[in-house]
Amino acid sequence: MAEITLVEAVTQALAYEMKKDHSVVLMGEDIGINGGVFRATDGLYKEFGKDRVIDSPLAESMIAGLAIGMAAQGLKPVVEFQFMGFIYPAIDQFINHAARLRNRTRGRLTCPLVARAPFGGGIRAPEHHSESTEALFAHIPGLKVVIPSSPARAYGLLLAAIRDPDPVVFLEPKRIYRLVKQEVPDNGVALPLEKSFLLREGSDVTLISWGASMHETLQAAEVLSTQNIHADVIDVASIKPLDIDTILTSVEKTGRVVIVHEAAKTGGVGAEISALITEHAFLSLLAPIERVTGYDTVMPYFKLEKNYLPSVSRILHAVKKTMEFL
Amino acid sequence: MSIIAEFTIQYEQYLNPEGKLSTPLPSFFKEHPEALKKLYELMVLLRVFDTKAINLQRTGKMGTYASTLGQEAVSVGIGYAMKDNDVLVPYYRDYGAFLQRGVTLTQILQYWGGDERGSDFQGHREDFPICVPIATQFLHAAGIATAFRYRKEPRAVVVTGGDGSTSQGDFYEALNVAGEWQLPVVFVINNNQWAISVSRKEQTHCKTLAQKAIAAEMPGIQVDGNDVIAVCQVVHEALHRAREGNGPTLIEAINYRLCDHTTADDASRYVPKEELTLAWEQEPIKRFRHYLETQSLWNEKEEQSLQTRCQEEVTKAIEEYATIPPQPITAMFDFMYETPPKSLKLQRAIAEQFKE
Repeated sequence: MAEITLVEAVTQALAYEMKKDHSVVLMGEDIGINGGVFRATDGLYKEFGKDRVIDSPLAESMIAGLAIGMAAQGLKPVVEFQFMGFIYPAIDQFINHAARLRNRTRGRLTCPLVARAPFGGGIRAPEHHSESTEALFAHIPGLKVVIPSSPARAYGLLLAAIRDPDPVVFLEPKRIYRLVKQEVPDNGVALPLEKSFLLREGSDVTLISWGASMHETLQAAEVLSTQNIHADVIDVASIKPLDIDTILTSVEKTGRVVIVHEAAKTGGVGAEISALITEHAFLSLLAPIERVTGYDTVMPYFKLEKNYLPSVSRILHAVKKTMEFL
Repeated sequence: MSIIAEFTIQYEQYLNPEGKLSTPLPSFFKEHPEALKKLYELMVLLRVFDTKAINLQRTGKMGTYASTLGQEAVSVGIGYAMKDNDVLVPYYRDYGAFLQRGVTLTQILQYWGGDERGSDFQGHREDFPICVPIATQFLHAAGIATAFRYRKEPRAVVVTGGDGSTSQGDFYEALNVAGEWQLPVVFVINNNQWAISVSRKEQTHCKTLAQKAIAAEMPGIQVDGNDVIAVCQVVHEALHRAREGNGPTLIEAINYRLCDHTTADDASRYVPKEELTLAWEQEPIKRFRHYLETQSLWNEKEEQSLQTRCQEEVTKAIEEYATIPPQPITAMFDFMYETPPKSLKLQRAIAEQFKE
């Protein structure tokens, strides 16, 4: 079996589900003959035709609003927002409609759509192309927010998102779209939503991350192991709802926590995880919870972006701090 | 310089403010005079309901309510023109269509009475609930129409909004995509001249709202929105075109908001008195009754009997509304997701523990 990248795993999942379920329809800007600016829908236009891989006019609120109407009719629209920085015109539609159509109608109408968007920095892109604003969506009751960080998880989680009966925001870490390859069997097996993944086991400290920052977090864990510090590494994957149980089990074992995310610190999902750990495992903690995050600045243009993104050395520094706390 | 394209906006009226035909009656109504009576009865019922609904709010028995006074012809005309398998995507002044699509008066009261079950329509299950955010609904209608097109179903969608909604981006985005994809959507703008306190002329420099259709390459038709026959006919024709695969239409129905924006508003602060007086002379029910009477389709006795029936029907709905027990407090959790996540179940248990 050939090894594939994360973005190829996205394509594979879309193709699998479109073959299986005729109600799955793709829509977005440049997703047709061009296959999407990151090629996530490469070849699908040819395979499934223009009625199922729809190139839309250039209007993001429109994409979201159309998807809501289609979803209420029983289709399963999977819509692409070209970059997370351009999803904001659609937020009104997500908050006021997609997230609450089921609730407003007491379950009469539902909204089983998936909104895909590449997100995050580190690819030397122009301004507005490197956003990590997952917390905006995680805050909205009625939405689910999912972020894969490997080809296999991209495949399994995207299948789960499409099959989910409620709206899912599926954020794809574009910095690692082609960073690693792995074998991903095209067997249609979905991974569970609301489940975190323990990627590495250790008993000294718990490292928690998601998206592209998983890469640096795992590198940091590798370095730590040479220093005889063994880390549990958790890929949160499901930002909303959070699988706090997996995190608590680890924290009860290690007592020390470092949360790593690319988004700005204030009001980030790291704050929510930190609060939940304090609520549920306060007495297990041996040190204050550390957060290694993007700064509360505008994402800098790419000349400085490496200084914004959580680096291995910043993660190692935070781990050192927590390990040395009394 | 030469002209490369020219556009026209048509205006449709059958019944003038004096209650006389300005255009020969459409053949359907010639052949079915009972349909005219039905339209009249619905408009009267709506007005009786409206008065009582405002009273309910004033006496603290209901929340904020959006009145339809003076705009009865628009929603009644829309409702009558629609087929059962069409879909309605309404805003908050469409009760006249609701009444013809299985939404009960009780449910309308329930909605404004702060109970989500008011939007669990029992008749046409695919119809959207009332849209409160302005203009977002136009895109939902285009999405529903996209689904019809995808499944090759000969069905159409009617979506409504006020004059203010035509200033929103979502309105233009919906028109554009509906034109581009030739979607089976009928956009109806209830131009009642006011977006709360901002007048129609302060909203846009356009002569008509109907002309906004031109940029999307679809018919833009202005209709006398105080003339239920004209509204019904124009919507009927637009729906027919849509179902036949001949694309969308934008209809601007001109009328006048004879009420406050909602019960939370006081229109006397900004509506010029003389304008309001003039508008009352053009309102939709008076002219229609006059027409029916001159055609010997209606008389004072029938009017008295109708008024009594409407009063009884509305009173019954209010009594029913008053006896509906509130939802259990857990209902706020139970429709968030098909399967609630664990964290939400925990919050649900807490809410139940502290219920008041």
